[in-house]
Amino acid sequence: SEQLLIKGGKVVNDDQSFYADVYVEDGLIKQIGENLAAPGGARTVDAYGQLVVPGGIDVHTRLQTAVMGMSSADDFYQGTRAALAGGTTMIMDHVLPEVGMSLLAAYEQWRQRADSGACCDYALHLDIPRWHESLEEELEALVKDKGVNSFLVFMAYKDRLQCSDAQMYEIFSIIRDLGAIAQVHAENGDIIEEEQKRLLELGITGPEGHVLSRPEEVEAEAVFRAITIAKQANCPLYVTKVMSKSAADVVAQAKRKGTVVYGEPITASLGADGSHYWSKNWAKAAAFVTSPPLSPDPTTPEHLSSLLSCGDLQVVGSAHCTFTTAQKAVGKDNFTLIPEGTNGIEERMSIIWEQCVVSGKMDENNFVAVTSTNAAKIFNCYPRKGRIAVGSDADVVLWNPKATKIISAKTHNLNVEYNIFEGMECHGAPTVVISQGKVVLEDGKLFVSKGSGRFVPRKTFPDFVYKRIKARNRLAEVHGVPRGLYDGPVHDVVLSTRAVPPTAAARIAGCAGKVPTVPVRNLHQSGFSLSGSQADDHVARRTAQKIMAPPGGRSNITSLS
Amino acid sequence: QSDRLLIKGGRIINDDHSFYADLYLEDGLIKQIGENLIVPGGVKTIEANGRMVIPGGIDVNTYLQKPYQGMTTVDDFYQGTKAAVAGGTTMIIDHVLPEPGSSLLTSFEKWHEAADTKSCCDYSLHVDITSWYDGIREELEVLVQDKGVNSFQVYMAYKDLYQMSDSQLYEAFTFLKSLGAVILVHAENGDLIAQEQKRILEMGITGPEGHALSRPEELEAEAVFRAITIASRINCPVYITKVMSKSAADIIALARKRGPLVFGEPITASLGTDGTHYWSKNWAKAAAFVTSPPLSPDPTTPDHLNSLLACGDLQVTGSGHCPYSTAQKAIGKDNFTMIPEGVNGIEERMTVVWDKAVATGKMDESQFVAVTSTNAAKIFNLYPRKGRIAVGSDADVVIWDPDKVKTITAKSHKSAVEYNIFEGMECHGAPLVVISQGKIVYEDGNLHVNKGMGRFIPRKPFPEYLYQRIKIRNKVGGLQGVSRGMYDGPVYEIPATPKYATPAPSTKSSPAKNQPPPIRNLHQSNFSLSGAQIDDNNPRRTGHRIVAPPGGRSNITSLG
Repeated sequence: SEQLLIKGGKVVNDDQSFYADVYVEDGLIKQIGENLAAPGGARTVDAYGQLVVPGGIDVHTRLQTAVMGMSSADDFYQGTRAALAGGTTMIMDHVLPEVGMSLLAAYEQWRQRADSGACCDYALHLDIPRWHESLEEELEALVKDKGVNSFLVFMAYKDRLQCSDAQMYEIFSIIRDLGAIAQVHAENGDIIEEEQKRLLELGITGPEGHVLSRPEEVEAEAVFRAITIAKQANCPLYVTKVMSKSAADVVAQAKRKGTVVYGEPITASLGADGSHYWSKNWAKAAAFVTSPPLSPDPTTPEHLSSLLSCGDLQVVGSAHCTFTTAQKAVGKDNFTLIPEGTNGIEERMSIIWEQCVVSGKMDENNFVAVTSTNAAKIFNCYPRKGRIAVGSDADVVLWNPKATKIISAKTHNLNVEYNIFEGMECHGAPTVVISQGKVVLEDGKLFVSKGSGRFVPRKTFPDFVYKRIKARNRLAEVHGVPRGLYDGPVHDVVLSTRAVPPTAAARIAGCAGKVPTVPVRNLHQSGFSLSGSQADDHVARRTAQKIMAPPGGRSNITSLS
Repeated sequence: QSDRLLIKGGRIINDDHSFYADLYLEDGLIKQIGENLIVPGGVKTIEANGRMVIPGGIDVNTYLQKPYQGMTTVDDFYQGTKAAVAGGTTMIIDHVLPEPGSSLLTSFEKWHEAADTKSCCDYSLHVDITSWYDGIREELEVLVQDKGVNSFQVYMAYKDLYQMSDSQLYEAFTFLKSLGAVILVHAENGDLIAQEQKRILEMGITGPEGHALSRPEELEAEAVFRAITIASRINCPVYITKVMSKSAADIIALARKRGPLVFGEPITASLGTDGTHYWSKNWAKAAAFVTSPPLSPDPTTPDHLNSLLACGDLQVTGSGHCPYSTAQKAIGKDNFTMIPEGVNGIEERMTVVWDKAVATGKMDESQFVAVTSTNAAKIFNLYPRKGRIAVGSDADVVIWDPDKVKTITAKSHKSAVEYNIFEGMECHGAPLVVISQGKIVYEDGNLHVNKGMGRFIPRKPFPEYLYQRIKIRNKVGGLQGVSRGMYDGPVYEIPATPKYATPAPSTKSSPAKNQPPPIRNLHQSNFSLSGAQIDDNNPRRTGHRIVAPPGGRSNITSLG
């Protein structure tokens, strides 16, 4: 394996920067220090004037997603190549099980494809397409044996992927007990479907219908609801694809109220806006179709990059999921059929640098945090990934802040005809990319080998996320009020089964079985089923009469705890 | 036969201004306002001595006949309206709650009959939509057109009973908007409540505190947020009944700042007391506070809600009056989910608002009139017949004494329940004389009411106060597509796996279009709206321009 000495660069971690040489061997960082002497045979990489940053982690890609039988234009090979070209050395891909396929089978399928195709390390998120009985066992198996610790549920795509609130609560409870991360695709699918119907009836069939049917308040609503549910279940929540100002604001406010919630803007929402949906060029407009859509408000990228800089949003993905124009054209007469997804895997790091660091919103350490370190912490691969430290994986990028690059479909490493960032000038670009201790990008040339990427299993209960959750779990114990038994008169319920609310609670209590003595009402009979043996102790019952105090007697219990 | 009344020397307060004037009432109407009025001889004169003369209160939310497991509330229309009148309220709007399975119209008639025979003050009716069934549209239309109902409540809570899904809400809102109705929402997330109830019962918590624990205020705030989102998509007004918590009120206030037409109704209970009593050792007392959404255990809630009411972020006050006796509440003695929900407040409403908001300096007298009467009349299209002291308005008038101090207690209240949730509260401000339909019905602490004297007040749809803006927004908010050349590039062939087809309605409506299988006809258009494209090849040619070099800048950059 290669031995590498990176000389003279400025090492940038999320907490500090310092000038040091970095020595890499066997795919690991072996030494960091000044004036390191290279052993014989080691290659020296000159890093003078450049930043040595941990390789980027793209937390959200879909390189294998099939929509209507079409697979995305960039597969694992093509996609990870582009990732490496942009300075990203690890991706986290979403496994979306096809209809009727179990989560485990889908996972194996993805593993197989990625193992043979990926050129950089990868991990997998699992999407939960529907609630079913054996879900808990499946999730447990994935968490315990397969190294998956994050699961996505959908609040949109009615009748296909959408989960109800009750299902989300159940799933979140399972996820919390397993110590995994709950991710949501947050959009209100019910409203979207009605809006789609309405727009198609109005005769709006082009890509602008996509954004008109998915206004940003529908995204914000779902984010708000997801946060409420997660808070109830005391489960950490991760909102994928934060696309609009209002959704980002909801996340930021919830954080302020103490909820454990993370927001992930994507390359597209940081670098472009939704005005292009109104382009006269159908193919161009369609290239921007993704869900939630890009906001037509042109100040959105500015706002999102500000929140990213101040820590209200924490990580950046690309949601890379590309389709060729011919594939997009399946929806040429009906925007609801346009396969969804934009590019961004290659442009992610450069666009963040351009929008946040060049504009002075963020420093280089913060840049490392949002492109790599935070992701590694949240998804529990820190400090193996996300940091330049002795013992960490040798995923290192030499970043040249002075380089300038114009993004164009002519020069990108993707299979699609359109690049949604076409013509954007970015300052800051990777000059050398090292993945698993090997130089994979140098002088603008890629040296990748198909299938060299390894699966990175992730453990449960990431400290970064779960320390707080665990403490809250302990505090969240609620207690009933110890009262004497109520022994006043009880109104006779006329047994009209129709009017009984069929809540689960009514069934659990099963009061009906307890009053078989019909004519004389036994006022001493207790229905209190939990404290046991009350049938005998009449003495305690006596004291209970104190509760029949004069109406309005003041309660001396005035606080919640 | 009808009383003729002269109120002399009072200070008349409307929601916009106040002035000193005499008031002459005849035939149940206000006939003259002014100084030194010329009135017929033999008219009974009331000396107001500079006290305030205000429009009678309108209680927008009562349940005087709510059925629960075969029983009804202890206060019926007679008992309830008696209490209302004693508190200075001269009109109530009661909720018709059809039992699952019975139709809206029959329930409406049932309520109408009960109220006509029993009510002592004017009343109107909201109808609650407990399920969205086939044929409901026709019934709603009849109710709006012929029956004088213009407000309907939908439920986001009570899973498997009243709860509606978001799609149903969208549908219901759309239809109600087309009728010009006011949409009332009971906002709580029923799915989560059901889950929490299960969990809390499993933990062995069965007392009334479980009610509050299973319905935390976040669930209320969430549902309010969702209701507003749906309404703003449809561009319809939405009215949140029973705003019980700070977070729900804040969501309403924030939404109003962004533009959606949303109104919030705190109730007497949320303005006057808090949810700490759920933890009372006295089961009967704790149970008396059970209502949904529950009172917030945060003791700063009443203060916050009063502040929002004073600044206009919340607009109207109801009472949510729906009391059950202790014996009735005791049905749920072993399971809090069975406790019938509802608190008192019909009698205390005006006094509590005065004491908490006016006596503390948060609001002035005119705003007091607005939130207790005028705003309600405007929203529900009763204005200016109700809610204003003006010539021609109904003679529902209250002489209000701001200095009178009264202690609320179950011993002296008019309601039939054993517990008063405001027990022991000392309130400033109380009615001295209450005049309903031109007759003195309350004077010196004595009621002079007759069962059944209350009239049904029909209400017309499309209240200006709400729908004027809606109509304009409808006009300016029209959507338009982009007129493009036809896309005539290659189209990916989808392998025929019907499993994967999107179940969008559009796919169903265009099945016959891709029939010629072997040779793909690139010129065939599916564009079905502009008509006759099959012949005009010339415009199709120009369509080639759309295959411009990638990244050609769009010159359409605003939403328009």
